[in-house]
Parts: sequence; C-alpha cells; structure tokens
Amino acid sequence: MKRFDYLAPQSLGEALEMLSNHPEAIPLAGGTDLLVQMKEGRRSVEALLGLKRVAELHQFACNGTLAFGSAVTVAQIAASPYIQRDFTALAIGAGSIGSVQIRNMATVGGNLCNAAPSADTAPPLLVLGARVIIASTRGERAVHLEQFFLEPGRTILQPGELLKEIIVPKPRAASGSFYIYHTPRTRIGIAVASVAASVTLDAADAITDARVALGAVAPVPLRATQAESLLLGRTLTDALLRDVGATAARESQPIDDVRASAEYRRYLVNVLTQRALRGACARAKGVG
Amino acid sequence: MTYQLNFSVNQHPIKIAVEPHLTLLEVLRDILGLIGTKEGCGTGSCGACTVLVNGAPVNSCLMLAVEADGQAITTVEGLPTLAKVLKPSQGSGNELHPIQKAFVAHGGVQCGFCTPGILLSSAALLAHNPHPTENEIRDALAGNLCRCTGYDKIVRAVQAAAEEMHNG
Repeated sequence: MKRFDYLAPQSLGEALEMLSNHPEAIPLAGGTDLLVQMKEGRRSVEALLGLKRVAELHQFACNGTLAFGSAVTVAQIAASPYIQRDFTALAIGAGSIGSVQIRNMATVGGNLCNAAPSADTAPPLLVLGARVIIASTRGERAVHLEQFFLEPGRTILQPGELLKEIIVPKPRAASGSFYIYHTPRTRIGIAVASVAASVTLDAADAITDARVALGAVAPVPLRATQAESLLLGRTLTDALLRDVGATAARESQPIDDVRASAEYRRYLVNVLTQRALRGACARAKGVG
Repeated sequence: MTYQLNFSVNQHPIKIAVEPHLTLLEVLRDILGLIGTKEGCGTGSCGACTVLVNGAPVNSCLMLAVEADGQAITTVEGLPTLAKVLKPSQGSGNELHPIQKAFVAHGGVQCGFCTPGILLSSAALLAHNPHPTENEIRDALAGNLCRCTGYDKIVRAVQAAAEEMHNG
C-alpha cells in the first residue's frame, strides 16, 4: 500500500479533535472495504484515523432499546441472542456479510459509511427505525438512517464528523422482522437484491405497522413505502403478498450491471419481499 | 513515522517499530520471517492469509500491523504450541496439532497454499464448537478458498479432528 499517516486516538474526544484538525483523515474501522479500495488504487488516502482504541465506539447496550458504537463488529451483532430475538433482521443482515474472517473485522458503522447500495445492515436498520448519532467537535446530531445515504459511496457526513452510534428503538409487542438476500453463490457474495421487512400485528393478526426496505436495487438502500401502505390493517394472504411484492418491485430502481440485469433484480425484489414479509410475520406471531 | 507495536505472536511477546502502511501479513512474513501465512488475493477474499487475533480468524492482509498492538496473534507456526496449551500433559510443543494430523491423514492438503489459513479457521471453529455439523464446517471455511481439493477431504479432515480432539 502507498504510505499514509496514521492517527491513533485513545478516546472519542481525541478522535474528534484529530478529525477536526485533519479533515483529510479517513476513519478506519474494520478496514475490510477501505483497505481493499486503497490497495486497488480506487482511493488515495493521506491519513487514516484508527478507531480501534476508542472504547466509546465499541460499546454495546441492550435494555429494550438497542444502542451500539459504530465500531462494533458485525460478528458481535450476528452472535447476540438478544439481537437475534428482538432485532432479527439485523442479526441476519450482519451475519450475511462476507466470511467469518470478514465478519470478525467489519463493523456496522463501516458498512453504513461505505454506503454501498448492497450494504447488508442497511435494509434491516431501515425497517427497524434506526437513528445514527453523528459526532464532531461542534457537538452531536441524531439522524434517521433514511436521511443518511446520498448516493453510492457517499453519506451526509461532513468533514470533521464521525458516525458514533446506532440506536434502534425497542420493537412493540407482537412485532417481528426478517432479512433475505439473493446471491448466485451458495456462500459469500454481494447481494444482487435484498429485502428487509418488519411488521407489528394486533390481536387478530392484522398488520398495524409494516416496513419494507430494499438493498442493491437503487443508488441507496430505500424504503418501499407504497408496498408498506398496502399492508396496513390487512392480514397477510397470498393475494396480498403478490400485490405487495409487485408494488415493491415497481418502487425499486435497479440497474443492469455485471452481477444481474435490472429485470432480474425487479423479479427478485418481488419474490424476496414476499418471503421477507412471511418471515417477519412468523416472528411477530412467535413461530419464527 | 513509525509506531511502536507490542503484541504476542504464537505466545512470544514481540516489540517492534512498524510503519503504518504495513499490514499484519507483511510484518509476519517480511519482518518476523513467519512465512507459513500466505498472501493470495491480498483483498480479503481467499483466506490464505488467515491468522487468529485473540482466537478469532481474520484476514491479515486487511489488518494494519499497528492495529495488532496489544493483541495475541496465532499463525500456523503456533498450532503445535496451541495443541500443547490445550493438552499440557501431552506433546513437547513441537508435535503437530490434531487438526494438522487429521489433514495429513485424510489428504486434506494438495498444493498446500490454502492449508495454513484453513487450519486456523478450523482450529477457531473447533475451539467454540467442538461438534460442528458438515454445514457448520462449510460455513466456517467459506472464507478459505482451495483450488485443488474440492473441499470434501478438507471437511472430512475437520470432522476427524473434531472426533480425535473429543476422544483423545
């Protein structure tokens, strides 16, 4: 790799100071995207801000609401029984990334800040209503994840700002979530299309709240809000699922690329939306 | 500018100054001379560079050496020592780890380039899951590419090692 400066803050305060004084420095979390980009010459870096020693970014708290630092690894998220139970889509998404080795290094903050349309933690966090806390020497701001992504590789983070924390509200009773993706390989592959869903049911199993989010089929991970609205007040039937799947497919904005055609991606959104909703409903009923 | 790096490799404390652009893989191979760890793709896809950091497999080609500060690294050269730690009553510390023996016995090695990484991924798997299913073995090894064997003999070697470590 080309030479670069390495900044080694020991605390969040120090990290924000350094970032303020060196706005050219790129925060380094797990490195599984950033170092690849540097090695392949797709990104030239003058300085890296190593987040390894910043304890605040590795914290993990679950007391109903889930709050974790941006440098928590996806392996930790995927292995948490609490997240598997109450934030199922996120556990599945985090566990879908790369290999064991990659998951031991990669972080949720890195997955979000890299801003790939296919980021596996993004659709789950969107349907779970996550907010991100962005910190700088000027203070902190909380932003809904929907507002975070601008285009492939670009987020709303301004120079001197660091993604500090991810906060996911406690799901209501009789809620469930699910995530599913498609890749042509049996293991390890960037999602060609992915869908996360979350639902809340009433006593008669009618849907009182529903969210659907799509990955790898638009410049940014996005909510399929028209599909969501079809679900409200209804119980899940095959006919309704077909309608919702087709609507989500129309809301997607896929492109043709080396991994799949836009047409195939729209087809996948339809199918995966139906499966994700079935999975979310099963979990909401406690049978998942 | 160099950074002071204090870490352990195969349970030996090591203190060296490194430049920040060096990966852990480069330091292990080119400075410490531990050439059992291989560089395949260099971008985290093939797993030939797998080492354990505090017992967890990582791609050493994607980890800056400076970030190994304070960590315990195990490379393939450390597997015999690891076997000795697991079972102090047996072995001199120079004998092969049961996983290594199983790969030899079951033909889990052909050209051998992927083998160090696969041994370490297998060791980490068996450390927290002593009785993995075939599917769990294949999941654990999904980040280690082998272009020779087709994986069947590798999976059988891991199954045999699991049995041996349980019974022996």
